[in-house]
Amino acid sequence: MTLATFLIQCLNALQYGLLLFLVASGLTLIFGIMGVINLAHGSFYMIGAYMAYALAPFVGATFGGGFFATLAVGLVLAVLFGYLLEWAFFSFLYEREHLQQVLMTYGLILVFEELRSLIVGDDVHGVAPPPLLAGTLPLGELMTYPVYRLFISGVCLALALGMYFVFTRTRLGMMIRAGSTNREMVQSLGIDIKFLYRVVFAAGVAIAVLAGMVAAPVSSVYPGMGGTVLIICFVVVVIGGIGSIRGALLASLLIGVVDTFGKVFVPQAAGVLVYVLMALILLWKPDGLFKAG
Amino acid sequence: MMATSDVLLRGRTITRRWGGLVAVDRVSIDLERGSVHAVIGTNGAGKSTLVNILSGEIAASAGQVELLGKDVTAWPQPRRARAGLGRSYQRSTIYPSFSVFENCRLAAQARTQRPWHWWQDAQRCSVSTAAAQAAARRAGLAGLLDRPAGLLSHGEKRQLEIAMCLATEPEVLLLDEPLAGMGAEETERMLALLADLRSGHAILLVEHDMDAVFRIADRITVMVNGAVIASDTPEAVRANPEVQAAYLGGADGGG
Amino acid sequence: MALGAQAPWGGPAGPSPMDRSKLLFVALAFGALALWPLAAGNYGIDLVTKIMIYAVFALSLELLVGGTGLVCFGQAAFFGVGAYATVLLSPADAAASVLWLLPACILLAALYALAVGALSVRTRGVYFIMVTLAFAQMAYYVVHDTPLGGGTDGIYLNARPVIGGWLDLGKPLPLYGFTLACLAGVFVGLALLLRSRLGRALAGIRVNEQRMRATGFSTYPYKLAAFTVSGGIAGLAGFLFAVKDGLVNPELMSWHLSGAVLIMIILGGLGHLRGALVGAFAFALLQELFKSEAIFGTFAKHWLLGLGLTIIASVALLPRGLVGVPAQLRERLLGRRGTLRGTRGGA
Repeated sequence: MTLATFLIQCLNALQYGLLLFLVASGLTLIFGIMGVINLAHGSFYMIGAYMAYALAPFVGATFGGGFFATLAVGLVLAVLFGYLLEWAFFSFLYEREHLQQVLMTYGLILVFEELRSLIVGDDVHGVAPPPLLAGTLPLGELMTYPVYRLFISGVCLALALGMYFVFTRTRLGMMIRAGSTNREMVQSLGIDIKFLYRVVFAAGVAIAVLAGMVAAPVSSVYPGMGGTVLIICFVVVVIGGIGSIRGALLASLLIGVVDTFGKVFVPQAAGVLVYVLMALILLWKPDGLFKAG
Repeated sequence: MMATSDVLLRGRTITRRWGGLVAVDRVSIDLERGSVHAVIGTNGAGKSTLVNILSGEIAASAGQVELLGKDVTAWPQPRRARAGLGRSYQRSTIYPSFSVFENCRLAAQARTQRPWHWWQDAQRCSVSTAAAQAAARRAGLAGLLDRPAGLLSHGEKRQLEIAMCLATEPEVLLLDEPLAGMGAEETERMLALLADLRSGHAILLVEHDMDAVFRIADRITVMVNGAVIASDTPEAVRANPEVQAAYLGGADGGG
Repeated sequence: MALGAQAPWGGPAGPSPMDRSKLLFVALAFGALALWPLAAGNYGIDLVTKIMIYAVFALSLELLVGGTGLVCFGQAAFFGVGAYATVLLSPADAAASVLWLLPACILLAALYALAVGALSVRTRGVYFIMVTLAFAQMAYYVVHDTPLGGGTDGIYLNARPVIGGWLDLGKPLPLYGFTLACLAGVFVGLALLLRSRLGRALAGIRVNEQRMRATGFSTYPYKLAAFTVSGGIAGLAGFLFAVKDGLVNPELMSWHLSGAVLIMIILGGLGHLRGALVGAFAFALLQELFKSEAIFGTFAKHWLLGLGLTIIASVALLPRGLVGVPAQLRERLLGRRGTLRGTRGGA
């Protein structure tokens, strides 16, 4: 393996890891703040990818916009969708036991999959990256690297930093953090906790949808992609440790590396390697890499 | 039988740190057979942490715990319990969906677990059923055996909490606020029970009810901010100026 | 984690009238199953064989979830190991003897459960759910990606196992009878186990693990034992399935199957063995219903939609499952709560 090839794989690992971190963050956000385990989180990712495919012609015809316009429209739709979904369904899950949450959100997965099947069908699709980002950058003398993948990494990083900023430096972030540990007190301070939860949920949905839209050009759009990403997100949370953002980031990058290089060196076992990694880490640290951080 | 003064549980310079905070600061404590040793202190003084370390639920940062002469510092809680250490909790940790009898029986089963006999009916286990009847009777619950534990009154639940401790026939009892939330009559009954349990057991009592403490305790340890400021007979503690300052003065040991 | 209400467990008195009606229900159910082949044709026998296999599978999960409070979302892995072991251990052209093949498959499934459990059982709550799901997915990828599992096409079982010369599991009726015997055996076995000291300890762990530890039970070995036994029983179900279908493929380890078996026991009623029976039947019938083109026309191929909505509705409206419906109706009519809900062990 030449240096350039190695660099390419490293960049791929980084891109995959950051994307995973973004999706896992949305999952952990909803679980950490509202105490709801949402299996349908992967479905939001799938919805995002299918939106990137299905909305593009519509947006092109109506607004004359391209990829970025589709992203914007998709984002708006995602926030609305998340807001409504929380109001209609998820707000009833907060007081329920985890087992019930698991089952009801599993039912939701089935509903989403079939609705998607009815609306858009079951075919696998490709989505073209926007012409602006479709080029490549030279790496060394012989190799090049797709600009779009760098764009994905950039978007994920920017969003992650943005979330960090909102959480730690803004009033909204402070209210959200307070609301997760002491619901009654936040309410007695006159803050509408229901609205807060709705906002947080909509944000979680939007993050997953955006991740799906942005990833569509490299990962292709297929049924069952929701389930796959969901389970990997679970592995991120298990490896990273309970409630730890640092852990989730490290875990995502580790998984990115293992998966990417695994596909290169041991293509047949690539799917299994991530789980072997998880098993090894659990052997060494039963609670994951970091405790709540 | 005259109370022998052998020490059943000994904590030596137990220290527990959480990051930069010292929750328990070099606390030593002896529990002797036939005596009630009360631990009092303001909120946040480290009493619950100390009890958790003695029972084995939390590891100490430093110090040792000796049970019946053996160093059990590294032993997990279940192992200490099997060796004769009983524990009751501040918030009743009973099995609400089981009957009072089954609560006691399951606790007693810890002594004769026999998990391999998967075809035998647990209700026919004479050892655990006998121990359960005895423990329930001693705790004053003989008439309530069939009641679902979740439907008991608060005082009865606290009695059940003690009964479950007794069902394993421990030698040391760590009781965390057994009188919490009790009315006058229930408190009297519980104090009579504790007095009855005194002979034959070494009892550690964490309590906030000062009248009860001074009535029942043979020895009192006072903790403030994780450290022991006095450990003596009730009269001496009552007269101790530092204790008076901690309770009656401005210091109320928050955090 | 405790879901499901039960009457107060245990007491010096003997079995209550309610226990007798449960016993009657179970006796009638098994009686009906025994007589079914007389009334049904080949399709009916085949269908009920499949349902009984699901029931064994559901019972294995009931031990974990209803009996011990461990919500496992990866039960399909052990089912799949049992199924694949059946095919991989059978000789290519001759019929194997059930007498060694069945125990071997159960053992392999139990071993995988032991390995997974050793790492998973140290986690709790939501994390346990995630870890078990992940380990099941690992097994899925092993059979899906590597040559061991024959890839997505799966592997065929060429000769169904036999017992000596007198029982050929390749024929529908003997297979039905054998499956029924397995189901009855597992049911009775679990009933005994759940009321034994081991079973009571598991129940105590479910209701209040803290108290169990404070009393002197080392809870890790108990949970691991439950997990291993549960895996073995799931492997038995996998064996039966492989024998019945003659084909195993990676979908047997799909997390959707793990979800399906979890739905079965919730639908039937958590905390009751007969809930697993009822749930398996109800689930299978719902599947047939939603897949029926006679009723749903072209929507029949989107039958998962109906299933998903049913799951949501049943969790929301039938918290105690189908088995709890008589009690729920009684309470609604009488206007008060008669039985005690299991709670998390607080005061």
